[in-house]
Amino acid sequence: MRPGSNARRTGRTYSRRQFGQAAAGIVLFFSMRPGAILGQSAPGGLPADLKANRRLDSWLRINAEGNIEVFTGKVELGQGNLTALAQIAAEELDVAFERVRMRPVDTSHSPDESYTAGSASIQAGGSALGYAAANARAILLELAAAKLGVPIGSLTVDDGVISSSGAANRVTYWQLASETPLARNAGNDVPLKSTSKYRIVGTSVPRLDIPAKLTGGEAYVQDMRVPGMLFGRVVRPPSYGARLSAFDDTAVKALPGVVSVVRDGRFLGVVARREEQALAARAVLQRAATWTTRSELPDDARLAHFLRASTDARVTTVSSRSPGPNTPQAVKTLTGNYFKPYVAHASIGPSCALAAVSDRILTVWSHTQGPYQLRIDLAKATGLALDNIRVIHAQGSGCYGHNGADDVALDAALLSRAVDGAPVKVQWMRDDEFGWEPFGSAMAMTVQAKLAGDGSIVDWQYDLWSDSFNMRPGLPGGVNLLAAWHLAQPFQATPPSEIPLPSGGADRNAVPYYDFPSQRITEHFLPTLPIRVSALRSLGAFGNAFAVESFMDELAETVGADPVEYRLRHLRDDRAKAVIRAVADRAHWQPGAKGDGTRGRGISFLRYESVKTYVALVADIVVDRTAGVIRVERMTAAADAGLIVTPDGISNQIEGSIIQGTSWALKEAVRFDRERITSRDWASYPILSFPEVPEIDIVLLNRPDLPSLGAGEAALPPVPAAIANAFFNATGKRLRDLPFGRDRVKAALT
Amino acid sequence: MPETFRIQVNGVEHSVTADGDTPLLYVLRNDLGLNGPKFGCGLEQCGACTAIVGAEAIRTCVFPLSAVGSAPVVTLEGLGTVEEPHPLQKAFIAEQAAQCGYCINGMIMTAKALLDRNPRPTRTEIRQALARNLCRCGTHLRIVRAIENAAKGAVP
Ligand code: FES
Ligand code: FES
Repeated sequence: MRPGSNARRTGRTYSRRQFGQAAAGIVLFFSMRPGAILGQSAPGGLPADLKANRRLDSWLRINAEGNIEVFTGKVELGQGNLTALAQIAAEELDVAFERVRMRPVDTSHSPDESYTAGSASIQAGGSALGYAAANARAILLELAAAKLGVPIGSLTVDDGVISSSGAANRVTYWQLASETPLARNAGNDVPLKSTSKYRIVGTSVPRLDIPAKLTGGEAYVQDMRVPGMLFGRVVRPPSYGARLSAFDDTAVKALPGVVSVVRDGRFLGVVARREEQALAARAVLQRAATWTTRSELPDDARLAHFLRASTDARVTTVSSRSPGPNTPQAVKTLTGNYFKPYVAHASIGPSCALAAVSDRILTVWSHTQGPYQLRIDLAKATGLALDNIRVIHAQGSGCYGHNGADDVALDAALLSRAVDGAPVKVQWMRDDEFGWEPFGSAMAMTVQAKLAGDGSIVDWQYDLWSDSFNMRPGLPGGVNLLAAWHLAQPFQATPPSEIPLPSGGADRNAVPYYDFPSQRITEHFLPTLPIRVSALRSLGAFGNAFAVESFMDELAETVGADPVEYRLRHLRDDRAKAVIRAVADRAHWQPGAKGDGTRGRGISFLRYESVKTYVALVADIVVDRTAGVIRVERMTAAADAGLIVTPDGISNQIEGSIIQGTSWALKEAVRFDRERITSRDWASYPILSFPEVPEIDIVLLNRPDLPSLGAGEAALPPVPAAIANAFFNATGKRLRDLPFGRDRVKAALT
Repeated sequence: MPETFRIQVNGVEHSVTADGDTPLLYVLRNDLGLNGPKFGCGLEQCGACTAIVGAEAIRTCVFPLSAVGSAPVVTLEGLGTVEEPHPLQKAFIAEQAAQCGYCINGMIMTAKALLDRNPRPTRTEIRQALARNLCRCGTHLRIVRAIENAAKGAVP
């Protein structure tokens, strides 16, 4: 397929025929060759998730009624994971997709597959489930062969009906179900279906979770109702380190419907019969508590300086390369400083959980990304044994990483405990979510490049200052749940540590994909910063790509080169060059074209995690110089994610990433004063609105003969540099600090 | 003080006993067991809680029960079902216009009120009508396309 021939334009209308394509949901498959997913186990070895959970009936159950129950350790995060997994199960078992019933993760019986985060972990889940299903099919065939008295080799399966070519006899999976054939361990001698025989994997099926969500079905943990359920709300301290100096709950207790007021250290909560009563009680409880706060946060306005000046940094060289004998002499040195603030997950639905205790078992329904990991920290925080805690996944609002989902689960557990284990549903209020979620870390970046006489880059020195992007629950050495830190007997968070490359944490994509004769990338890891942080989509790649791609643009301009040509000049990888050429083509890039003071366009490029999807973006922007507002009119994207299985699925993910990335770039920074987080609602933390969303045009480069690469968030990190470079093209000014709000835009223009 | 109110929701009369200043959202969700309207902010900022009261798309998180009076209330459930979806719901499903879907109640209900007063909106008018509805997943363009398709009757 010719690059670009797969292009799709937004704003198109769908015909009936295209329905299937629109029905993507196939996060798993949009970018992965099916065989590459299922065939990834080492020869003779089982996929790791299956090795860890070998019993087949922990993955699948075949029911006499004619359906297959699938238990997975992966959760639905609103991207179609469960639909993709259902396709795999149906494929390997040779049953109709409609027969598969996906069961949410339940730690009482589901396989433990750790977190669901990023396409790679779904890849692992798909692989394990595929092998389990293939094993199950083999066992069923064995049983059928004995029953029918024919050799296994003569059997075929059509939607669960097993028959032999020569014989009239047949037997179905559903008839064999009662013989509980799956109570055994998976073996590794079962061949997987050949990819050429796939009927379901690789096709786009409508997402299983969507119809209920669009018609008011019970789709989310927020929608759960159980008999006798009470409503809980929490009252958090006003700031991270605030001390409770006085507390009088008499007025709260006297309110109608209040069942319990909870205080444990500086953890405060209320339980009421009706939800609005819990809200009213929360408001009174807030006034009933007197807090002592102190100055504990850095100066928001000088955050970049604060990061760079930290004396607590753990300094590591992430990558280094010394100049070779033929490296040309440098004639010029340039430096650029860049900054990315704290960014919030800012889920539309505040975090929520339902907890109840019965028969000494604490059950928690949660939209966590890691039910088993949450259980580990719940056990530590509550003092219960693991076996006495059951975590069941129920969907929530999109999370984009580690938000308040896990924290509210402990809140609900603590409040349920206070009312003798009665079921308590707790939803955070908007200000709880903004004030207490773990943000994506702030980052400061400095690049220094040396240029040769011909304009090429001969040396690249990069320094990065940032905090952890991984403070999820379930890690050793502490408890990563908010309420646990506030109890009278408080727990400590785990010591922050960096995630190894190529994935990386703060240093994700800190090593440029360009080919420089000499370079050094240094990370200053700052584990003692006072603001709560953890995983947020694309981790450090957003800040790093902003710095690298902005500076590449600046260097190109310094030597009078076209930014497209300059990038190509420094790349060796043909696929990287191809996406840059494709996006330039698609956007009708004119080398040397200057903006007119208000309109401009900029390019940027990224190979996500240095080993995954290639993305190049061209941003077309309009600058309102008086108002100081940048409007992104259009984003053109080109992506190479290897073999494309469902183009619409990948387009969907790229589109979502570009919109979220544009929002981060133009608008988003968590605000705080010296004591507390002051971004507490959508007015103090605005995100991109409908009129501000760019039109998006995507070119997908299909690589039918190359393995598929994960693609979920690859288009997010290159967004801010594309916009900043477009701003330079329009106005001749550089934007080096995120976000590009009014003040920064106006300051740049004066 | 709790009082008893009679309200008409999705064509059915209900009697609800609650404080008059209870936000309609909690009555719809907890007394009537409806899931469509969602709590997103409680501050009139996001639109997740939208229902139609009378002819208007209303943010039920701040709309008191006592203010409903005799105006008919329509929620997402009142539009259609999985088996018989409303043209807007159909269009959203056809376009797979949801990632997490938490915002979508607000999108569909706001679109419903828009199409009721302006059956053929331009794309700009659709974007404007949704200007105060927030989506975090970046589903905006699909949402707009779904509404365009529903308005054109272009959904099979
Ligand atoms: S919940 Fe009502 S507007 Fe956000
Ligand atoms: S689809 Fe998740 S917030 Fe809109």
